[in-house]
Amino acid sequence: MAWTRKFLRVNLTDGTIKTEALNMDWAREYLGQRGLATRYFVAEVDPKVDALGPDNKLIMTTGPLTGTMASTGGRYSVVTKSPLTGAIACSNSGGFIGAEMKNAGWDMIIFEGKAPSPVYLYVENDHAELVPADDLWGKSVWATDELLHQKYQDPQLRICCVGRSAEAGCLYSAIVNDLHRAAGRSGVGTVMASKNLKAVAVRGTKGVGNIKDPIRFMKTVAEQKKVLADNAVTGAGLPKYGTQVLMNVINEMGALPTRNMREVKFEGAHAVSGEAMHEPRKSDGKPNLTRNAGCFGCTIACGRISTIDRGHFSVETKPEYWGNSGGLEYEAAWALGPDTGVDDLNALTYVNFLCNEDGMDPISYGATVAAAMELYEMGVITQEDTGGIELKFGSAQALVAVTELTAKGEGFGKILGLGSKRMCEKYGHPELSMTVKGQEFPAYDPRGIQGMGLTYATSNRGACHLRSYTVSSEVLGIPFKTDPLATEGKPELVIAFQDATAAVDSSGLCIFTTFAWSLENIAPQIDAACEGDWSVEKCAELGARVWNLERDFNMRAGLTSADDTLPPRLLKDGANTGPAQGKVAGLAEMLPKYYELRGWTTEGQLTPETRARYGLPS
Amino acid sequence: MNITLKLYANLSYLLPVHAKHNAVQVDLLEPISIHHLIDLYHVPREQAHLVLVNGVFINPEERDQVDRLKQGDVIAIWPPVAGG
Repeated sequence: MAWTRKFLRVNLTDGTIKTEALNMDWAREYLGQRGLATRYFVAEVDPKVDALGPDNKLIMTTGPLTGTMASTGGRYSVVTKSPLTGAIACSNSGGFIGAEMKNAGWDMIIFEGKAPSPVYLYVENDHAELVPADDLWGKSVWATDELLHQKYQDPQLRICCVGRSAEAGCLYSAIVNDLHRAAGRSGVGTVMASKNLKAVAVRGTKGVGNIKDPIRFMKTVAEQKKVLADNAVTGAGLPKYGTQVLMNVINEMGALPTRNMREVKFEGAHAVSGEAMHEPRKSDGKPNLTRNAGCFGCTIACGRISTIDRGHFSVETKPEYWGNSGGLEYEAAWALGPDTGVDDLNALTYVNFLCNEDGMDPISYGATVAAAMELYEMGVITQEDTGGIELKFGSAQALVAVTELTAKGEGFGKILGLGSKRMCEKYGHPELSMTVKGQEFPAYDPRGIQGMGLTYATSNRGACHLRSYTVSSEVLGIPFKTDPLATEGKPELVIAFQDATAAVDSSGLCIFTTFAWSLENIAPQIDAACEGDWSVEKCAELGARVWNLERDFNMRAGLTSADDTLPPRLLKDGANTGPAQGKVAGLAEMLPKYYELRGWTTEGQLTPETRARYGLPS
Repeated sequence: MNITLKLYANLSYLLPVHAKHNAVQVDLLEPISIHHLIDLYHVPREQAHLVLVNGVFINPEERDQVDRLKQGDVIAIWPPVAGG
């Protein structure tokens, strides 16, 4: 079983909390986390709902393996309608709060309505209450976490909350848990703040039981942990270098989007790379990286814990930032670094700290700053707009200054909080927004890695690498090597990655296991824990079902095939150098085939046959 | 013939001490294969997972060709790595 079979429904408008039984028919079809929460969401929310209105709901959800002894079994997801994209949002986070929620006896928490004044939800096993949070409103994530820990005097209390950026309406605000893990993308934190919900604090001491076949589960979990340990990526590369090992890889192959994706190689990439994080600083002899870190139950531990040089201009008068905190991961380092042209590792680490401290998605944030820098260089944005900040590409001072504003929703930070799409539209240059469905790109140029172009264009939550990470195959050769410059075979590859990812995201496990595991390794763990037959085939079908359900919601929300596209810069301007020089993203060569393989019409709509195949609600 | 050799991630320690930004300039008196070059730097062949010449992936079967490296080429090598 592994499910607790019950969830909390919190009505913020009238302040009531109810316990409900989990719909086990849906659990057998959608498993948990991303899949199951999406099933609840589409059943309960009008797709045309105002994302920031009280009728939108926000679901925090675990998977059946969350909180178990399975490696990486600490994931939770937040499902809602995104204010950034108008599409369904599903943001996934590690850390410890997901496992804590499960240990308290809950598979999910559904939040609905809007509290008349700020509140937080406190959960201690069966006890759940809404508590006034007027004293927390206006506080950062880090301050909120500290105040709640002081109040309850329990170091094991796990907290997720929103920061000042979300309160100020920044459209890509995250929900940060355990200080520096985040349900980061698509503005799920903005939705949470719109409901006057500041935080969720959870303590669970029940343990996670209900395992269908405990002996088989323990045996298969132990076998699969050995696979992770013996694998060069999950056993050695990720713990030592983290995701930041990619900075030099992607730059060398000429697919590192640079200066708002005008270029594909960054001359300063090495200075902000995973290797550079290990190099001793001249000032104090210490490297940027202090140590790696793992989330609940993780045997990979790719997380980065870093410090900033105390003499660096960004923190020399701010001792509160001299300690260790969550360091740079690749996507954040790219958006804050190469995309803005800044090659100052200390500045990027500080800005990343601020993104954690006040809950901003560093990908969307960095990419928005990059677009603003291009507009500034064109003279469209001026110092009058920025309040005197010289917002030039490559300026660490400017990056630091605008981040301090955006984190608190002040001055020009209000404009940056709109995200790249709305900001570029406001200044009359929508073509300079490097977004799909209003969400900013991550760190791979689709002219040099063609599968990522199709990935971005078809992602149900807007441009994102975590919906189908074909980089694994096209660049890294996992599970097999494909040509990054070819479009042939990519629709099939993207679909396989999309479906497998949706299955993993519904289980409670981390997608990073798939550098060593396939569904062949994952399905037996689910099958030993959960009632029903969870074969590899059924897991792949589950992924496809989830993908189609998300797509269906988006179509009903008013999105069309015209939204499955890329910015003109990537479709018309060839890459400026490297192996992809002169090449554009070959989306037109891939998209029709993708629709056909998905069983959709040429307009990208689900057919009745596809709907029937996956048993989707009509 | 001059080429640039870059060793990254867990192969970084195999670089000579004067290497900068994970790169060294290599003078070759005669054309050699990629396998020969990485043997000279004591890179275990099974650890040379991702081999890029000027950003283009070189298949393992091409790494024995003696004419694969040309004047001015940049060869960059990683053990199995991933991220995202």
